[in-house]
Amino acid sequence: MAWNDKRPMSPHLQIYDLPMTARLSILHRITGAILMGGLVLVVVSLAVAAGGETSWDSYRGLLFGWFGKLVLFGFTFVLFYHFCTGIRHLWWDLGRGLELSDNATSTKLVLGASVTLTVVTWLIALA
Amino acid sequence: MNDLRTPLAKVRGLGTAKDGTHHFWMQRVTSLALLPLVLWFGLSIASLPSASYDSVELWLDSPFNVVMLMSFLIAGFYHGALGMQVIIEDYISEEWIRIAGIIAVQLFSFFLAALGVYAALKIALGA
Repeated sequence: MAWNDKRPMSPHLQIYDLPMTARLSILHRITGAILMGGLVLVVVSLAVAAGGETSWDSYRGLLFGWFGKLVLFGFTFVLFYHFCTGIRHLWWDLGRGLELSDNATSTKLVLGASVTLTVVTWLIALA
Repeated sequence: MNDLRTPLAKVRGLGTAKDGTHHFWMQRVTSLALLPLVLWFGLSIASLPSASYDSVELWLDSPFNVVMLMSFLIAGFYHGALGMQVIIEDYISEEWIRIAGIIAVQLFSFFLAALGVYAALKIALGA
């Protein structure tokens, strides 16, 4: 159908200022897809380790170099983000916390918790 | 109209597929399983001292850790395959690509879970 109407259209996704809930929901899906790649990395690492000490040692240099650490840090945050928003989704499934005011609180809680978990994990890792 | 039976009457007796909520439910069940598993996994990896080969071997010397790791892989790939299926169903409209994509994700997940479990056992049993 040709669009020849000069009246304004309702805002499309690209220009619509998405509420935080929508942004976090989209990110939940994106992080979920990224974590599939994370699982592949876990399996690859295990397979290399199963290959013995020599194969592990050459791989370890790559995984724990600055770039590898950056990737691992990214995966840590992505994992904990998906973890925390996932808990919120389970809470919503129970029919709780669906009010807008509760949502604003849980948004802060979820973001704060995922940052905290990431930082704590890396403090342990680098200790 | 030469058929006086209602659509409902036709459907009755044929029965339903009886798995209408199975996908949704298993997504939640695996997410519950992953709550403790993710925390255990993050803490475990973070506290592997310098991730040397010996520390990985020592980590998988514990039967608890081996079983947790295998559960993490199985629940993770199950959960990931369900999630990827939703993403594929949402964004791919061409039916045969959609079905092929879902099958590919499921086979890929199953294979990698098996590979991961095998690698974990190989390291644990020192074969």
